Amino acid sequence: MRQYLAFFRMRLLAGLQYRAAALAGMSTQLVWGTMEILLYRAFWLSDPDSFPMGMEALSAYIWLQQAFLAFFAMWYWEMDLVEAVKNGSVAYELTRPTDLYTMWMARSLALRLSRAALRAVPILLVGILVPAPYGLRLRISPSVFLAFLAAMALMLVVVCAYTLLIYALSFFLTDANGIMVLSVAAAELLGGAVVPLPFLPEGLRQLAQLSPFGAMQNIPLRIFGGDIPRESIPAALGLQLFWAVVLIAAGALLTRGGLRRAVILGG
Amino acid sequence: MRLYLSFLSLHLKSAMTYRSSFLLSCLGQLLVTVNTFLGVKFLMDRFGTVAGYTLPQLALCFGVILAATSLAECFARGFDAFSAVLSQARFDRLLVRPRGLIFQLLCEEMKLSMVPRLLQAVLMLGWAISAGAVRWTAAKAAVLVLMILCGAAVFFGLFLINAALCFFTLEGLEVMNIFTDGPREYGKYPFGIYGKGVLWILTLLVPLALVQHWPLQYLLDQGPGWYGLLPLLSLLFLLPCAAAWRLGVRHYRSTGS
Repeated sequence: MRQYLAFFRMRLLAGLQYRAAALAGMSTQLVWGTMEILLYRAFWLSDPDSFPMGMEALSAYIWLQQAFLAFFAMWYWEMDLVEAVKNGSVAYELTRPTDLYTMWMARSLALRLSRAALRAVPILLVGILVPAPYGLRLRISPSVFLAFLAAMALMLVVVCAYTLLIYALSFFLTDANGIMVLSVAAAELLGGAVVPLPFLPEGLRQLAQLSPFGAMQNIPLRIFGGDIPRESIPAALGLQLFWAVVLIAAGALLTRGGLRRAVILGG
Repeated sequence: MRLYLSFLSLHLKSAMTYRSSFLLSCLGQLLVTVNTFLGVKFLMDRFGTVAGYTLPQLALCFGVILAATSLAECFARGFDAFSAVLSQARFDRLLVRPRGLIFQLLCEEMKLSMVPRLLQAVLMLGWAISAGAVRWTAAKAAVLVLMILCGAAVFFGLFLINAALCFFTLEGLEVMNIFTDGPREYGKYPFGIYGKGVLWILTLLVPLALVQHWPLQYLLDQGPGWYGLLPLLSLLFLLPCAAAWRLGVRHYRSTGS
């Protein structure tokens, strides 16, 4: 366990070095969040009755989404992992007395955590300063806040497990790019990045909610805004846990299978 | 012009050599903007109208912006990705050739994976027109073409500024995404929808509203005829862009070899 923690810390510290990139990303996210809020405001003003969630819940959703973008942005692929599988340098990893999947998981978690850590706080502060109903309202009961934290943690695991599953698939495919492209598009649409899931048409919404993508940003961001009622929170967390377990199991199995199958040339 | 066309065929050939990877990147680019349109459609299915606009009218608006950005990104790719040109010392090579710098950079790189996006824009425009977004006259058709072309010019100006900044920072500025990738994303709605502040910034500072929001009012019979000529005014934006570019080139010092 200690070795994975050390690996985790190493990646975390490495990720924290990119401060200029974080500053740039942060200002982009601030503008993006403002534009999104202004957009939904126009819809809200023209017909508040058709709005499927409260304006405050939506504002919380958008500010948290921009602040923690690095947690669930599917396009943050770690291409060096895929490359390592492709060009065979993954063989070096096999000489270490570690489990490849666990190491990859520690690495992915650390990378996303470090990216979010540098950007989140200023964006959250701005969100809090914006007046109601367009700002990030902090009136939240302690128990709901705890549920939010749990959902955030589970979401991070689900996202990383999903990306690891794709990396593992690249043992079996000559070109993983196709499935990556499709994953990004599906995660954007079904995960609630294009529009929050309550805005999707019926049918598609149910499908999205049950899919692994619905277990990502959708759940914690809506818990925080109070859009998921208190009594439905346990079920939502359960769904996240279910996908986390399924994706981890599938990813670990595939990685093991891929390694057993892999023939690496060279000396 | 002949030279440019031969470069175009060169880029086309090189893209076609790696056909599957080219098609995949086309698909990737296309899915992003298709998703964006789906987002608009889902919201409009629920609300019917927003700030007086209907879905065909929004499709028209998004089609204009998408066509403009795709054209600019496809043909002015050399400026969009200028930091790579600088860091690989390819700029020195351009300086010794007896042709204009801007012309050479236009030839240097083309992003042909933008073509499907252009097709999407044409489809959206076609659908918007057949769904009766606008009561057409010959003048309005001309204004529509003007909006797309001048829009592409404004985006080209933004890329020029981006490239000029690269002379000083040596690496790309992600902040510029706010003005390059951003408008493609939030240009899916007329800029007026985001409120007066945003509209004035995009009218006076970065004149994207002059190619989208204002002439759109004319197309929809909501504004006077001279709104239709505003895209021409946006071309003035190219002057400061060109000045910035020239300043950057003068600042340039090769690393030598």
